[in-house]
Amino acid sequence: MFGYNAYLIVSSATVLGASAGVCGTYLYMRKNSLLSDAISHSTLAGLAMAFLLVSALGGNGRSLVVLLVGSTLSATAGLAAVRYLVNNTRLGSDAAIGVVLSTFFALGVVMLSVIQILPIGQKAGLEGFLLGSTAGMLAQDAVLITVLSIILVVVFLVFRRDILVVSYDPIFAQTQGISLRRTDFIVMYGTLAVTVVGLSVVGLILIVALLIIPSAAARFWSNRVEIIVITAAVFGGLSGAVGASVSAFVEDAPVGSVIVLVSATIFVFSLVASPERGLVISLIRKAQSSWRVHLAMGLLSVAENRPIYEEKTRTILQKNGYLRPDGSVTATGQNAAMVALKNEQRWQVWTSQMQAEGTSVDPLGWMKIEHNLTPDQLRSIDRHLFRRDLSNA
Amino acid sequence: MTELTSTEKSPVLRVNGLSVSYNSDPVVYSVNFDIPHGAMSAIIGPNGAGKSTTLKAVVDIQPRLTGQIEIFGQTYDKVRNRISYVPQRASVDWDFPVTVQDVVLMGVYPTLGLLGRVRPMHWAKVMEALERVGMTGFADRQIGQLSGGQQQRVFLARALVQDADLYLLDEPFAGVDAATEKAIVKVLKDLQSKGKTIVAVHHDLTTVEAYFDHIVFINRSIVAAGSVAREFTEEHINQTYGRLVASQKQVI
Repeated sequence: MFGYNAYLIVSSATVLGASAGVCGTYLYMRKNSLLSDAISHSTLAGLAMAFLLVSALGGNGRSLVVLLVGSTLSATAGLAAVRYLVNNTRLGSDAAIGVVLSTFFALGVVMLSVIQILPIGQKAGLEGFLLGSTAGMLAQDAVLITVLSIILVVVFLVFRRDILVVSYDPIFAQTQGISLRRTDFIVMYGTLAVTVVGLSVVGLILIVALLIIPSAAARFWSNRVEIIVITAAVFGGLSGAVGASVSAFVEDAPVGSVIVLVSATIFVFSLVASPERGLVISLIRKAQSSWRVHLAMGLLSVAENRPIYEEKTRTILQKNGYLRPDGSVTATGQNAAMVALKNEQRWQVWTSQMQAEGTSVDPLGWMKIEHNLTPDQLRSIDRHLFRRDLSNA
Repeated sequence: MTELTSTEKSPVLRVNGLSVSYNSDPVVYSVNFDIPHGAMSAIIGPNGAGKSTTLKAVVDIQPRLTGQIEIFGQTYDKVRNRISYVPQRASVDWDFPVTVQDVVLMGVYPTLGLLGRVRPMHWAKVMEALERVGMTGFADRQIGQLSGGQQQRVFLARALVQDADLYLLDEPFAGVDAATEKAIVKVLKDLQSKGKTIVAVHHDLTTVEAYFDHIVFINRSIVAAGSVAREFTEEHINQTYGRLVASQKQVI
């Protein structure tokens, strides 16, 4: 069952996914992710028109090349319309995208239904471009998709530094002689190309997911663009591979939707499990910091002989063996309280006297100061404390 | 007067008849001044006086309505690589996924071209610049995890790797801590001692005399420009800001 054709389709979906991941990352950095939605919805009208025109001329309207050219033309018109509205009116890009997206899509849907009425052959499968389908895909289509996807990745990699600087600091980019216009052109038309190439596999409604989800998921795993691009490519490629394989084995499985569901699974996993930005780690961090602060505040209260009102603080002190159930302080508790007091006094000296001299360390009293400052700094703090105690005595 | 004539001989930057408008009324008009070679110059004026706009017009980010800009006797395009511009810290997205060293590395991108690789030599330059601004330990940090002062130091480090001859800084001391302000001034004076020219948009009258030797007073058009010793007078402050601030200068 997993023949040559299926193999081609899976590999082209994989390369497409990776390419969309790379492109999507740069689009995401440029804060223009939703633009891809306007582009993809604008393709339908051109696709239908190209089919009509070529069929009327006696050609093969179902040819992938014909459909790609048609969708490119109308997507370009859609993109130009969004840019015109944003640049020449007071509409924000969200409203401009909304207007263009819905208008072009409605036009496309009307034309599709016109095609259904007309007596033209081979129109079956056109609606596959809405939600994606590999059913009617030919080997040469798969090769075309693969080659175009690879070319796009190369283009993005060549211009990666320009896009990075323009996205991060457009003013600086201009002083470096980087053209904003050219860079934005590459990002937008690169997105347009990925969208058009991905239409037949993922479908125009869901292609936006393949552009946005892998990069959004990858953002959870790194703070560096280079790593995010590679991660997004892997996520996108994996989604394409799994999605296309499933649809090769399971008859009638909607390939585009499966691809998107795989990438959504990766996204949810990233959201939960990311070691730095994930939900689990932030819950753990919150609990840990609450525990440490309660402990430090409780010990300070013990050291300064103040009553502890909060139940949670008492419980934490008890669990550490610093407090007996009756509320009296244990010997280890007294020791720990003295250590905490010393820590606090050292931090106070640091914030009030010395912080300006060094690079700044956030003065959080519950952190162990010896883990945050150098031995030299500690010694000078202690000298200061010693002098203060002498003058008080 | 000798100083003025030497100024006229070879100004690093000459702004002539500059006016800029965003919509209809010009925000700056009839702006003329020279910055002499090796100066450390402050552009001073109240909020909305057109300080940043003037600087942006110099580096061609802000289109000009009228006027010529001459830098090292040429147009900006021809000497772009000899100029380093440091934008306002607030102008970028600090949650962006780049690290401190990535941002500083952006300063060497123009020498790499589209296909060039980043080599150990480039990283060495980045590290040296970070050391000069006291940020060595922060190279791997995501930029959003820095304080305002540290962010400004990173911007300065990026300017340093550009190896420019003219440094233009937009509000380098805005919202930074005292330690950072000291560090930045030290780096800038160091640059000046190596024959570089520095122009900074500045808003704190109390530090003008300590930091700068040249001053440009601007309030929509130029009020006065020249050496701090000569031009930093009550009268000029008065003309630029109005009487309130002038009386404050008497206090300090």
